[in-house]
Amino acid sequence: MEDKNSISKVMTYRDSVYFYGNIWNLTITAILLFAPILCCIIYQVWPDWALLGAGLVATAPMYFAVGVVEVFTYIPMLGAGGTYLSFVTGNISNLKLPCALNALEQSGYEASSEEGDVVSTISIAVSSIVTTLIVALGVLLMSVTDLSTLLTNNPVLEPAFAQLIPALFGGLGVVFVSKNWKIAIAPIILMLVLFIAIPGLGGSVGIMVPVSAIFTIITARILYKKGLLG
Amino acid sequence: MEFSANSPILFIIFGVIILAVLGQSVFFLIRALRRSKQLGMDQKKIKKTMISSAIFTIAPAVSILIGLVALSYSLGLPLPWLRLSVIGSLSYETIAANNVLSAIGEAIGSLKFSELTAQQFVTIFFVMTISIMVGIWLVCIVCKKVQGGILKMENKDKKWTDTFVNAMFIGMISAFWGFVFCDFRVIFTGQTYGLVPVLVMIASALTMALCGLAVKKFKKVSWLADYALPISMIVGMIVAVPLTMWLGAPPVVA
Repeated sequence: MEDKNSISKVMTYRDSVYFYGNIWNLTITAILLFAPILCCIIYQVWPDWALLGAGLVATAPMYFAVGVVEVFTYIPMLGAGGTYLSFVTGNISNLKLPCALNALEQSGYEASSEEGDVVSTISIAVSSIVTTLIVALGVLLMSVTDLSTLLTNNPVLEPAFAQLIPALFGGLGVVFVSKNWKIAIAPIILMLVLFIAIPGLGGSVGIMVPVSAIFTIITARILYKKGLLG
Repeated sequence: MEFSANSPILFIIFGVIILAVLGQSVFFLIRALRRSKQLGMDQKKIKKTMISSAIFTIAPAVSILIGLVALSYSLGLPLPWLRLSVIGSLSYETIAANNVLSAIGEAIGSLKFSELTAQQFVTIFFVMTISIMVGIWLVCIVCKKVQGGILKMENKDKKWTDTFVNAMFIGMISAFWGFVFCDFRVIFTGQTYGLVPVLVMIASALTMALCGLAVKKFKKVSWLADYALPISMIVGMIVAVPLTMWLGAPPVVA
């Protein structure tokens, strides 16, 4: 016990987040990789190597590149604890990050402060737990009832959930844009023009997030240097 | 053992993995709550953060569940359950599965899960798992360095660091605002369905602005601030129903 106490005294909170985060994420990586292998053992089959190769070549390079860019884009916004959790549980841009942003906004802490890190960790952890529970409950109900038919081809639910992203980013965006309108004008105009002008860009919003973030940082830097951000 | 994509054994194995993922969230939650007390943070605020985060999550989580139904037609329930409880998203899992299925002339939605063989199942499972792995372990390598960089920047120039992080948030929001307009151009061909997301976004933004004004004007409704985002989101989604009936839905892409 004494040992444990002395470790936690030496380690700052952030250091302990990195330490335990690394252990958790590497363990979960191993478990996730082991799962398909376990299925192979149980069913005594090997993957179809030709199909596996074709599937990996078509999928992995693009998502590896996206993954690398996402890690660098989202870490500053999610904070340390939130980052470890988000990259395990997923749905970052459409759920975890908006949730953390809203929590930061409501609590009034800066994202880069330790308090901000704590708040975003709490909100992302709660969001992950609630998501996991709802999805698990839904799966349980689907396996015993007709919930899946109720959820799909529903004349009310279908159009409502098809517009989740606009409904989410309308409310979330208006707060941040009105508070930071000086740095928001240029990226909003650029993104509107790009998405309206280029057909099919809607499928690439994940790639446009870092592009837009870098563009906003550059324009914000110019405005900051010129002393235009009061 | 005879294979079925809905086999109880798969539910059990994947259930255990999802419990481990849940365990990580609980572990981080407890440590963050403990730290919030050490830092002397207002515990009322923390409680509010937890409640509003939970409420905000409900609608997006149900939307994940709807995506799960789409995948389960071809893959059964357990695999989509696992995949949508860990890193990835509906679009990613669909693309990964289709990249395997297309080689045998099938696709998600065309092949029924009862026709899926064990070999196809594990092949899809491997592709889904491996192709998105980079984020989970890359975070272990770079998280401390990137956060350290931000802290260093903060020590040098706090105001610029706050602007920098805000600029990233604004960048993300701008990209999604642009995304809302991605079908806008159909207006030039006389179709109106591209307006639905735009109007939904405006409805949600207006609701948020009204909530903000109400909180400023009337002290009695200060609780509204905590629920303003979920309320705006739900209003936007409700408005979407008559708007879609009126302006039309986008054509279904096969």
